[in-house]
Amino acid sequence: MDSALIPKGVKRCPLWQFLLFIGAAGIVLLWGVYAMFLCWFKGLNQTNMNDYYGFALWIWADLAVIAVGGGAFFTGLLRYIFGKDALKNIINYAVLIGFICYSSALLILAIDIGQPLRGWFIFWHANVHSMLTEVAFCLSCYFGVLTIEYIPLILENRQIDKVPFFHHLGHNMHEIMAVFAATGAFLSFFHQGSLGGVAGVLFGRPFAFREGIFIWPWTFFLFTWSAAACGPCFTILVTKITEKVVGKKLVKDNAIELLAKISGWMLLTYTIAKFFDTWYWATVLAPSQGFTLMDFYSNNSLYGIWILITEIVICGLVPAAILISPKGRKNPVALWIAISLAVVGVCLNRWVMVLQIMAVPVMTFDNWVLYLPSWQEVATTILPVAYGVILIAFSYRYLPVFPNEAELNPIEPLPARELEEKSAEPSIDLEPELKPAEA
Amino acid sequence: MFPFNFEWIWDMGHVVFMGGLWYALTILGIGMTYCIIKAAIDTSKDNGDHHH
Repeated sequence: MDSALIPKGVKRCPLWQFLLFIGAAGIVLLWGVYAMFLCWFKGLNQTNMNDYYGFALWIWADLAVIAVGGGAFFTGLLRYIFGKDALKNIINYAVLIGFICYSSALLILAIDIGQPLRGWFIFWHANVHSMLTEVAFCLSCYFGVLTIEYIPLILENRQIDKVPFFHHLGHNMHEIMAVFAATGAFLSFFHQGSLGGVAGVLFGRPFAFREGIFIWPWTFFLFTWSAAACGPCFTILVTKITEKVVGKKLVKDNAIELLAKISGWMLLTYTIAKFFDTWYWATVLAPSQGFTLMDFYSNNSLYGIWILITEIVICGLVPAAILISPKGRKNPVALWIAISLAVVGVCLNRWVMVLQIMAVPVMTFDNWVLYLPSWQEVATTILPVAYGVILIAFSYRYLPVFPNEAELNPIEPLPARELEEKSAEPSIDLEPELKPAEA
Repeated sequence: MFPFNFEWIWDMGHVVFMGGLWYALTILGIGMTYCIIKAAIDTSKDNGDHHH
């Protein structure tokens, strides 16, 4: 029924099966949308936020999707600015994943501000002393960049590409994509960093406070670094999950291995930097404010020293060691473990920097305050996942997301008789010479 | 926010923050305008061969 929209040379599941899949994800999406409207119509009393927790669960999700969405800017930087041509086979998917992550982040912020109709205030009445203003500016602009990077992929749909104007537009956008990619890298550097900077400048929260260079605390650089290291791991992880779901190989090994190798070295250097940052904080900075390291990791039922070891060693050093070793990244099981650990690690880091900060007692009369999110927070946090699954499903079905798919999965030739019948039928393609534009 | 808004102050914060925002938006705007105009010109030429 929709075969005219499906890219040439690839096979897709029957439409009923596709719609069933979309329906299942759609139910989860609707649950999240229901919770979202509850927050908008009834207010933020639908959450369990209180005087201790000014950030709901979704703020952790927001920071986590921005971190893992960093794969788009870093892969784009490597592909368009540093000329890593092997990554052209995965850049489309990296952009799609980035688009999903950043649109989700903006959606979460729209829920968080409670009054989305006043969202434009942050641009018009900007508080130029706030790092979150910088985050809002860069996030919105970078979402614009990702939209610009995603549009050519949409224009490569078989039917849309037949329209000459759209064909030329997609081609022209590809031609100057390096400009957009460079702008995206610039914007990403600042908004990833500023999210870390928000935590680092909290001088009233010794768990988060850090020194740094000029106005930027060390957390500014660590956040950008970790996003550039773990974002590509998330891109590989989603690619591998997609391959498992559709039962096909979609990206050539050389692209995956190159991205894994670069990611591994980024992760190793990040982990070393994170170790020194933690060491200085634990031995100099926190004691200067009257705290010992174990004050932040004891006398509560959740946040033990295990969380620090898990973040730096298990989800930092271990995946880095696997990814920088040729044997490690060539081994499918080891690669799965490494990229999963790296993604868990960056999400854990964001959890610590958003929620543990607020749980740690600051005053002598304070106690640890653990946080239990409401179901509305959980639903709105799962909402982006369902949305992402649906957008990936549509993009995979109708757009040439994976340039190597046809080559890696050749369709079996039709029997001679059927082929004759097919060739006797009038072709659906009016202009068969039109092919998807290539950068 | 623009310099003619009442809350605008000519200080480093406003110039850097708002200047950065306009700089990024200008690049994106000029880039997309170039692509759209060139696509319109290419289409009007309508050479039909779609060579890259």
